[in-house]
Amino acid sequence: MFSVFIQPRHPVLKKRDDFEDVLEERRRSSDLRYALRCYTPTLYKGLVPCKASMLKSIVLQSDHLQYVIKQVSSESGDSAECVAEEASLILDEMAHRLQLSTIRFFAFTLSKAFKRLFRSVCVNEEGIQRLQQAVQEHPVVLLPSHRSYMDFLMMSYLLYMCDLPLPVIAAGMDFMSMKFVGEMLRMSGAFFIRRSFGGDKLYWAVFSEYVKTMLRNGYAPVEFFLEGTRSRTCKSLTPKMGLLNIVMEPFFKGELFDVNLVPVSISYERILEESLYARELLGVPKPKESTSGLLKARRVLSEDYGSMHVYFGHPVSLRSLAEGKINRSQYNLLPRYIPQKPRVDTHEFLNDAAFRLVRIQEENMVLKPWVLIATLLLQNPDGLELSFLTEQTDWLRHLALAFGAFLDWPNHEACSEVVSCSLALHRHLLSVSAGHVQLNVTDAPQDETTPEEAVFHRAVVVLSCASYRNQILHVFLRPALLAVAMQSANSNRKDDVYNCFNFLRNMFSNEFILCPGDSVQDFEEACYLLMKRGVLQVLEHEIVMSASGHSTLAFLCSVLDPFLQGYQVVCRCLCEETNENLTEKEFIPAVRSFALKLILAGRLKCCEALSSDLQKNALAALLRLKAVRKVKVGDQVTLKVNKIAVNSLEDTLGGKIPTLKPILARL
Amino acid sequence: MWYVMGKVRRATFRTSIRSLSLRQEIMKWNGWGYSDSRFLFNKKGQAEFTGKRYRLSGLILPSLKDWFEGTFGANLQHRSPATPSLNLSAVAPPNLNQPFVEDLKAAGLAVSHDPEDRVFRAHGHCLHEVFALREGRIGRVPDMVVWPSCHSDVEKIVELACKHNVCLIPYGGGTSVSSALECPREETRSIVSLDTSQMSRILWIDEKNLTAHVEAGIIGQDLERQLNERGYCTGHEPDSMEFSSLGGWVATRASGMKKNIYGNIEDLVVHIKMVTPRGVIEKSCLGPRMSTGPDIHHFILGSEGTLGVVTEVTLKIRPIPEYQKYGSVVFPNFQQGVACLREVARQRCAPASIRLMDNEQFQFGEFCFSLILLNFFLLKNFCFKGFDPQHLCVATLLFEGDRGKVLQHEKQVYDIAAKFGGLAAGEDNGQRGYMLTFVIAYLRDLGMDYYVIGESFETSVPWDRVLDLCRNVKERIVRECKERGVQCPPLSTSRVTQTYDAGACVYFYFAFNYRGLSDPVHVYEQVEHAAREEILANGGSLSHHHGVGKLRKEWMKESVSGVGLGMLKSVKEYVDPQNIFGNRNLL
Repeated sequence: MFSVFIQPRHPVLKKRDDFEDVLEERRRSSDLRYALRCYTPTLYKGLVPCKASMLKSIVLQSDHLQYVIKQVSSESGDSAECVAEEASLILDEMAHRLQLSTIRFFAFTLSKAFKRLFRSVCVNEEGIQRLQQAVQEHPVVLLPSHRSYMDFLMMSYLLYMCDLPLPVIAAGMDFMSMKFVGEMLRMSGAFFIRRSFGGDKLYWAVFSEYVKTMLRNGYAPVEFFLEGTRSRTCKSLTPKMGLLNIVMEPFFKGELFDVNLVPVSISYERILEESLYARELLGVPKPKESTSGLLKARRVLSEDYGSMHVYFGHPVSLRSLAEGKINRSQYNLLPRYIPQKPRVDTHEFLNDAAFRLVRIQEENMVLKPWVLIATLLLQNPDGLELSFLTEQTDWLRHLALAFGAFLDWPNHEACSEVVSCSLALHRHLLSVSAGHVQLNVTDAPQDETTPEEAVFHRAVVVLSCASYRNQILHVFLRPALLAVAMQSANSNRKDDVYNCFNFLRNMFSNEFILCPGDSVQDFEEACYLLMKRGVLQVLEHEIVMSASGHSTLAFLCSVLDPFLQGYQVVCRCLCEETNENLTEKEFIPAVRSFALKLILAGRLKCCEALSSDLQKNALAALLRLKAVRKVKVGDQVTLKVNKIAVNSLEDTLGGKIPTLKPILARL
Repeated sequence: MWYVMGKVRRATFRTSIRSLSLRQEIMKWNGWGYSDSRFLFNKKGQAEFTGKRYRLSGLILPSLKDWFEGTFGANLQHRSPATPSLNLSAVAPPNLNQPFVEDLKAAGLAVSHDPEDRVFRAHGHCLHEVFALREGRIGRVPDMVVWPSCHSDVEKIVELACKHNVCLIPYGGGTSVSSALECPREETRSIVSLDTSQMSRILWIDEKNLTAHVEAGIIGQDLERQLNERGYCTGHEPDSMEFSSLGGWVATRASGMKKNIYGNIEDLVVHIKMVTPRGVIEKSCLGPRMSTGPDIHHFILGSEGTLGVVTEVTLKIRPIPEYQKYGSVVFPNFQQGVACLREVARQRCAPASIRLMDNEQFQFGEFCFSLILLNFFLLKNFCFKGFDPQHLCVATLLFEGDRGKVLQHEKQVYDIAAKFGGLAAGEDNGQRGYMLTFVIAYLRDLGMDYYVIGESFETSVPWDRVLDLCRNVKERIVRECKERGVQCPPLSTSRVTQTYDAGACVYFYFAFNYRGLSDPVHVYEQVEHAAREEILANGGSLSHHHGVGKLRKEWMKESVSGVGLGMLKSVKEYVDPQNIFGNRNLL
């Protein structure tokens, strides 16, 4: 048995469960027999058993849907029957058709596939036991992190394995277009939703009623991705509220006593889509999901993807989460089938809850030693001596553990051993020669590449590597913001540092998971962690760096450096942009070519500025800070740039203006 | 059909102090009901109900012990007996307002400051009140008791109270479950309990208009019995009717079991006379309905003794129904039962009474009252039809009226029930269900002898929320008990007791074994508080008929809005600026 013991370094750090490799059993006994075994899941105590077809008619007959059908029909002038027919079609397109036989098929094939792909698939057994308990008590919503297509296959696979009820999964419509596979997924419990249906009342009604009906009946756990889509960068994405609101409403309206929200953290030692993501971030469009594409992906089966960890977090009771925050009697005066927009306080609650859940996902994400190495390699583009790298990795390991990282470090193994193992697994990203380790950034693959292509190749490696570093960012984020704030505040006064901290936090709140309104808390957390580590002394009005703290602070500053640089590039680009009518669509290509020019001219070293994810986040921040406005002209949305504001933001990010107040005031 | 009350002659004229306390002598001082009627476990460990007053009296209930021990994890070896008698030295000496006492005596009114008289009128039947009495703890009690014997006596007392600034607390039957009778701790004036028990005459009966004019101190069962002797009834039968008074019904907006035929108290009253510090409030005629601005009766109904004393009431009466028939229906589950009641309400064909007990209560009835012979047969039958004894629930029915119509009505209701999978389960089961209503309060005292405490509370709620509310509140109770260290899962059950066009009245029964808890009453109160919050969060009302008292005051503003509460306060301000009626209920 393979298990990892994470020793908490100090009492505030959470005790985490041990892992067990679920593939071990699969390697020893017949997959076929396993797929055909008797499957008797633990069920919800209030379960009203019902078939998929029955479910459909419950949804279509529901008061809520009937109400919306009448409303839509009177608004559009179409007959109610017509609208009802449309609702029925939407439901057909959406609904899952969970079948045990399909599950068995997947149980068999996935067993084979997983065994080839992964050395181990580790699951916290206590988490499974908690889930077993939770499933019986109240309807369950599973909230896995989303890094790979593997995620939901793995979830269903594990639940089947542990005799838990199979979830119904909200999947993007893009899957459905995949011949055969779409249907297979449907039969394994996926239901499909369109990517955007903002104004479509009927669609929303069918969709929300469908989800709620399943939840109310305790039909099956509902699974969806809070982040909405796969994170291409391996950073958690800002959560989406829509589905969360839907699954919470039955509780708000008293239709359910409680709902158990179970955050699940799925982490990969090597992500299958690694270089695909990097290319996508650099502007090569993502290939449309197609069956043939999937078949080509067979190639991936021959590679080693290391181990995978799935951590089922503690079920979060929605009732306790909402205690004192939601006044449920607000729903008393309107029949419950009439849809209501969430009120301001509900919205705040949703937002807050969503961020907290994503943070739980982050905290329970297992980090491999490679993550530390990737962080170091990115900070040293010219490479490191292997021995120095090993030493640094060991240092970083202790820092990460002190900050509460959930590190999967092999027991009783020399650090050098661990480092060389990691380097071997990720050898395609680096070159090791004569004891010198370097990211694979310099050697051009072919002779006749243009300089642009060379940059592009380099960027693929950097972004791939960054996707590993990004996994540990949440551990360093708050202390790093503090480190940068101290550097740019140019003052030891606590208020000044806090102002800087707050500015940075505000600036990066689209980039990282930073709960809105938690600014003070985050600041205190950062101070606490750095104080514990002996890096800082926090006095009543002052923050003083200790003599020994320099290297830690320098490291932390460099963690954020690519983002600071990237955001400055975006600001610079917008300031220098001559086109008054820059459209939203033109924004990314414009920033990309601007950054490329800078890199080619040797004025910019940081390839991460090329990442469309960073560019989008920077734009979102500028929009939020009202330095840029969106203006709709015809069918196009153009960006109106307040150049003075953007310029001063850039300066502040570069640490050029010591006092922040005038800028903040102007914003 | 009511129970013989023993040889109690109610005093109808000015009487000696001894006869004033007669009621007190035949009733428990620290528990529910008559002293001679109580549940106990005999030496063989079998439960029996003592006395001769009820149909259950003298019966042995062999399986109650199993149910009791099984449900609560209680043990007959573990007893928590009550203090056997009132320790008079625990009662604080009265704080008398001598000039007021002199004036009362001069006016010829009966008064007492005997500690037993005072303690008896210092409480209702909330758990904490009874629990304290059983432990011999006596809090603030009224400083004296005064017994008016007619309307003008009350006028005199109120006038003197205003003159001498004493606090008056009207006392009727003492069955309050809202801490309404508790003396406010912050009250520094002399507190006088105004006991209406001597005002218990039926003053006249008008057979042309079918009304009766009655003094408000009359106790429910006496009123009904006396009217029955004349061939009439009011049909108002709250579960407490053996002990509660007409004035109390008016002051709390009481509801009767048979309201579907006769209406609730607000539908029954034609005229109310109330003495307030400002004078007497009443209407000028006996017209059946008026459009004269807001109905002043509605300031009185539910005023909970904060505005004055109801002295006389004109009530609608009805000829005694020719025929009465009980019935019961078994449903496969609670959902089906509620759906059936909803349909009955939709068709407006509810019988005089229709109540739906959930599975836990069904099982309780099953176990305790050894309905085994009958139910053995029934259950066998039902199980055959796919009824699961762990889910089935039972509705009890009472039909009244002329025979032909009753039978027709019965068929209509059973037909509806059949549509919801309901099967008729016989008259006896129905009758037993109603019988249980009157003894269930005695059961609490039995529980308290063995470390089990409990209470019931109620609400009203729109139809579409009945199921959700029942489930959530029951579950909340279970969860709160667990969180507060209650060792065994509590009994947490609900029943639908009344149907309306737009909703239903729901009752919850809740009890738990408190062994191992240092402050069981506090735990109990916290759980009840949480349960009420849950009710309000699920669209239930603060109270259907128990009233607000002091127990539920904190939610009044939320319930009726700030403006609403302000209106009530301004009425109080006008009517009683000195706060003579200072029980501090409601507002």
